[in-house]
This record gives sequence, C-alpha cells and structure tokens, in this order.
Amino acid sequence: MTAPTVAPATDLAPRIFSRNIDDFDVPHGREEEWRFAPIKQLAQFFEPATWGSVGVAGGHGALVEHVDINDSRLSQNWMPTDRPSAIARAKATHAVLITIAKESIHSSPIVVNLENSGKNSYLHVEVHAGAFSKSQVVLMHDTTGNVNGSMLSIVGDQADLTMLSVIDADLPVTQHLHWFTEVGRDANFLGLSITLGGGVIRTVPMVTYRAPGGKAQMLGAFLLTGHQFQEHRILVDHTEPHCTSNVIYKGALSGEGAHSVWIGDVLVRREATGIETYELNRNLLLTDGPRADSVPNLELETGDVISAGHASATGRFDDEQLFYLQSRGIPEALARQLVVRGFFVEVLNKIDDPDLRDSLMHRIESKLGIVDHE
Amino acid sequence: MSKLTITDLHACVITDEGETPILRGVTLVVESGKTNAIMGPNGSGKSTLAYVIAGHPKYTVTSGSIDLDGEDVLAMSVDERARAGLFLAMQYPVEIPGVSVSNFLRTSITALRGEAPKLRTWTKDMKAAMSELQMDPAFSSRNVNEGFSGGEKKRHEILQMGLMQPKIAVLDETDSGLDVDALKVVSEGVNRFKDQNDAGVLLITHYTRILRYIKPDVVHVFVDGKIVATGGPELAEVLEADGYESYTTAARA
Repeated sequence: MTAPTVAPATDLAPRIFSRNIDDFDVPHGREEEWRFAPIKQLAQFFEPATWGSVGVAGGHGALVEHVDINDSRLSQNWMPTDRPSAIARAKATHAVLITIAKESIHSSPIVVNLENSGKNSYLHVEVHAGAFSKSQVVLMHDTTGNVNGSMLSIVGDQADLTMLSVIDADLPVTQHLHWFTEVGRDANFLGLSITLGGGVIRTVPMVTYRAPGGKAQMLGAFLLTGHQFQEHRILVDHTEPHCTSNVIYKGALSGEGAHSVWIGDVLVRREATGIETYELNRNLLLTDGPRADSVPNLELETGDVISAGHASATGRFDDEQLFYLQSRGIPEALARQLVVRGFFVEVLNKIDDPDLRDSLMHRIESKLGIVDHE
Repeated sequence: MSKLTITDLHACVITDEGETPILRGVTLVVESGKTNAIMGPNGSGKSTLAYVIAGHPKYTVTSGSIDLDGEDVLAMSVDERARAGLFLAMQYPVEIPGVSVSNFLRTSITALRGEAPKLRTWTKDMKAAMSELQMDPAFSSRNVNEGFSGGEKKRHEILQMGLMQPKIAVLDETDSGLDVDALKVVSEGVNRFKDQNDAGVLLITHYTRILRYIKPDVVHVFVDGKIVATGGPELAEVLEADGYESYTTAARA
C-alpha cells in the first residue's frame, strides 16, 4: 500500500485520503465528524467483513455495467476519506459503472435499480458523464440488509449531469453512503438525495471541482417517521475559481424518536476566487417528539468571492396554516398534504420527469399517512 | 335566506396559568342581505369573536351557542363551518410556502362544492374576479400570502370571499393597513359580493373610515367581551366624534 495523502489542515475538509483501511482509526464517537452519529449501530461498518457487492436488477443497456472492482475504467484517483469508505472500497468485489459517452444527449432518465441478495453488502457505484454530454441518472437503492459504500459522479468538461439517489429502505436497515462528486470545467451538476426511510442512514456527500466554471447543486429531501436516525454531512470544497455551489436540504420529521442531523460544510480555498455559494437547511417538525440538529459551517480562505451565505431553520408544523386552509373548506388531511407538498416542492420541482416527481411525492405522502383526496 | 344566531357566547383562552375569559356573553344575529358592523377599542375581544365563529383551536367556548340556519356551528370542525357557508376574511392571513394561489383557490373551491370546477370556466372566473379587485394576473402563480403587501393580502382575502360565495362573511379588520385607494377597491369588492349573493356581512373594525364605503344596517359597540350598545349607522358617527371612552369607562365602573 502507498502512503496516505495527508492534506493541510482546514477545519472542514478531510485530512486523510487513502485506500488503506488502517490509515483510519476506528471512530469512537467523540471525533467532530462522528459526534452526532450512533456509533453502536454503525460499528459493523468499522471492521472489514466478507459481504457481497451491490449489483443491478434486471436487464440494462450498454450504459450500465456490473464490473469487477479492479476494472481499470473505475476511478484511480478517488480516495476514501474515512474508515467505512476505505473498508467498502477494499472489500467490494464488484462495482456498478454507468458511462455516459461524451457529447451524447439522453432526454429520458437512465433508471438504475440497485439490488443485493438481501444480505449486508458493500456498494461501489460510479457515474462517468463524458464531456459535453447531457443526462439524468436515477439510482434507486432497492437494497435490503445493511449497506456500506460510495457513489462517485465524475462530471466531464461542460457536461450536464442530474443524478438522483433514492433511498427508501425498510425500518431496521442501516446504511453508510459516501457520495463524491467532481465537477469539470464549465460543467453543471445537480445532485438530488431523497431519503425516505431506514433505521440508521448516514450520507456523506462531497462536492469538489476539477477546473474553473463548474456549477453544483446538491438538493436533499428527507423524511423520518418514528424511531429513525438520518445524518446528512455535506462538504462543498471550493478548490477552483469562478465556480458556484447551492445546497438545499429539506427534512420532515414526525413521531417520538425521529432524529435528523444536517451538517453543511462549505470550504472556500484561497485559490477559489470569484465563487458563489449558498446553503440552506429547513426542517419541519410535523408532531411533538422529533429532534433536528442543523449545523451550517462556512470557512473562507479568501475574501474575494461574489457571494457566500447560509441559512438554517427548524420549525413546527404551523397550526395557523392548517387553520387557514381548513377555514377555506379544505379538510384537515388534505390541508396537511398541501403544506407538506409545499414544503418539498422547492426540491422536488428540480426533477424534470413529471412521473418520477409525482411518484416520489406520493411515496412521501404515503409514508406520512396523508390520505390522497384527489 | 340565511341567519347566523349567536346567543350568550362565552369563550376563553386556556394557558398554563389558567383560563382567561375573552368573550363574556355575546348575543347577535346576522341575516342575509344585512351588514352588521362591530366596533370596539383594541383588546375588546372583537377579533376573538371572529375566530370563535370560524373555530380557531386557540379559543374554548365555555357556554352559549352559534347556530346557522338551524345547524349547530360549534359542533362543526373548521372546514365543516366553511362548507356550511361561513367565511372569515382574516386580519393576518398566514403564508403557505410552495402552494400557489391558483392551486389553493382551486383546492378550496373543489372542497366547498364537492367537485372540481371545470378548468375553462374556472380560469375565466378567477381572472374576472382578480381584475375586479385590480389584481395582476401574475398574482395567481405566487405562493399564498408569501411576500404579499398588506393591500395584496386583503385583496386576496376578498377575492376568496367572492369566489367561495359564503352565506355569511365575517371581515376581521379588513380595513386595517390599507391606504384609501386600496380601501375603495376592497370595499367595492365587499359590496359587489353582498349584492350578488344576498349574503350577510359581519364587519369588524376599529375605525369608522370603512363605513363610508360599506354602509352598515346595524352598528354594535363591543367593549370588554360583549356588545354594550346597538344602533343604526348614526351610532358610527357618534363614535367617530366621541371615541370609545364613554363606553370603556362605563365597562370599568
């Protein structure tokens, strides 16, 4: 094994980049990056195991391949940044590789149903969007059992990639997912993370730029009902000048024991001049009992930016909104549906495909037990 | 012909510290085609009366009754009251992020009528109603009350009233915060609604200014949770000249 790359210290960016598991200590829960996480439930991801790899269900076109983990087309540069991701990279036997040829235009979404054999699994997925290509990739995590792994989106120069990752797992399931995105010159990336269920889900999206002029949006919609935990720990690492980033995560929580954590880290490096960045987290508590932690962090190494801002707020479901809608004859269940739809619409409206958008909204509403009156 | 009958209504707010009575025996009748004005000083409980009629969960009715054409209003949920023909134009309408005015109005009308209005006539009706209130057509694609000016909020309330066609409408300080031009537009909207639907109107206001544009049939003076005086339109002129002082002193005595 080669020696790990050790990056200069910043408050927000990872320090160690390595494929060697032992370069990372076993987390004990007091480290800054692990302090919100339920370490006990995640402990199974801290030691290597002999698990299978997540594959793809059904027939798929030439774009989507199930390849050996040593396939030379998989990213050689990408390095894990914590112990779970290092373990998953080292122990996965196969990967799912989605290759969008350069200059190819795909008008309908490329839907990929990820599946495993129902047992605990490692996951490695890479989406390579070639230069000047335009596509939408939808990853449906139809996996069961516990899953640990990484998704990579490598966006070529001036490519336009929308990538949607949908986790709608069964209640006891635990998942740990990195999502690394590298944005090329003048490229446009839209990442949508939809997380609707599961016992303990921790996602670690990281966006960085390979060249100037890239645009990245990371949007999330998450839902917790009852005894569930979700952590979304986002890092946007502005390494290049004249790039933009926009992070919007919205969460709705209901029931005793629901706990969400949103960490929005944005690092603007000295060389990343003329950038624009904004991040926002809104949480809606639908009932008494849930807890939502929300921590935006902005670290500026240069003052030469166009704009840099963040906002975070957690509010209760507003009884005055309910009263207002009901006073116009709208029954309570439908009024709640309107308010929740309205809350998520900012994120879900970014999905171009109307069928996909409606089906996701329907999933959210059925999870919340909101009856459809239409 | 509709009739809203309020009889000896008592209501309070329940907090951790206990019960705070606000309405202390309100008796009032609002009939089709008639405008009742309720005037009173700040804190007299007149807005609470409006909320209690609409069924706001913050207030608890301790005794008395509200009856609409033989139906027990207090037994109804908030949305049932609206479907029975009651409407409250609110003083402080809330924002509903992500819900457009057109979606909101259409959902409401569908709930009130029990079926969705035909798309073609609906769009036409909505446009006509908006133009009568001098509202920009782009208004319908904005989110409900989000970023609305004070005047826009009130016009939006009156727009809803015109489209929903209630039997009895309660207007809670619809005149507050309006400049005189907006007040005229809104008042014309109320008058048009009342004439076209032969509706009953309960107009709650702090100032007599709006009564120059909306002529009341009956004026009530509301102090300390109940009606302390009732008269014709001339009572409003007395209040304009003398204020509420003689009534508030009498109530305290």
